Amino acid sequence: MEGVIFFIAAIGAVVGAIGVVAARNPFYSVLALIAHLFSLAVLFLLLTSAFVAAAQVVVYAGAVMVLYVFVVAYVGDAAEAKWDPVPGQRLFAGLLAFFLFVEISAAILSSGLKALSTHGPSVPAGFGDPAAIGNLLLEKFLVPFEASSLLLLIAAVGAIVLANRKPREAQSGSIGGRPVSTAGNGSDSGDAATSAGHSAPEARPAGVAASPPPQTSPLGAPK
Amino acid sequence: MNISWYIVLSALLFTIGAIGILVRRSPMVILLCLELMLNAGNLALVAFSREVGNAQGQVFALVVMVVAACEVVVGLGLIVAIFRRKLPLDVDDLRSLRG
Repeated sequence: MEGVIFFIAAIGAVVGAIGVVAARNPFYSVLALIAHLFSLAVLFLLLTSAFVAAAQVVVYAGAVMVLYVFVVAYVGDAAEAKWDPVPGQRLFAGLLAFFLFVEISAAILSSGLKALSTHGPSVPAGFGDPAAIGNLLLEKFLVPFEASSLLLLIAAVGAIVLANRKPREAQSGSIGGRPVSTAGNGSDSGDAATSAGHSAPEARPAGVAASPPPQTSPLGAPK
Repeated sequence: MNISWYIVLSALLFTIGAIGILVRRSPMVILLCLELMLNAGNLALVAFSREVGNAQGQVFALVVMVVAACEVVVGLGLIVAIFRRKLPLDVDDLRSLRG
């Protein structure tokens, strides 16, 4: 019975992984990854690690994948137009992956670990349930636990900073912002005008063009 | 089932993720394939934890999950920033830092 469940979950995981790699639309890749994560959670349950399986479903398939879906919906399915610009790239990738698989499998299976060909030792009933993991996290691994919480905080702040920054220098900064800032005494009102038209990048040239009446000469000089 | 089945399955999933990272060109799909590889590592960690009969490997897997979540958050923030600058979402075109 356990073997049947293992093979069903393993086939699901492998099919999901292949779907992630092979789907042309990123949205389908995300959906395939969700299926893969559910199959992996079943495998974790077979390995008697209930808490990791629950965290896998709740955190990964619940939260992280929702983030992916939002970003895919925001960015849109950016079509990969050309499939193979480097000639033979897929062939070399397949070859390298095949050798990687053979190498990892040979390294592990010939490692001489005794318990590798068994089902593992018999464990007590509460092995891997939330109480056991919580005891480990809050007693033995307290410092890594706090460090990971700090890492999450840093990542959240960093993502907000990265995604929320206005693309000022990239597109219109070199057109509108640079001459205004080098324009001497009119720089303050010029910056106020640019920041007033800051909400939409298209409104920037209109704001700059509307500001010349108080200061015609500094703005007219760079143009 | 023997533990070695789980380990070989983990190696297979890791390899599929590596193929995806080598072949695909969209940074979002590359992040997804990175998730595949991290999850394969998680499966190996949990399988070894079961083999030893010690739950500490599962704590390791949880920490890997936290790190993967952080990596996803920062990577998706980068993708959104790239998209808002109207740069192409293609790792073959995004080859210089200050292009």
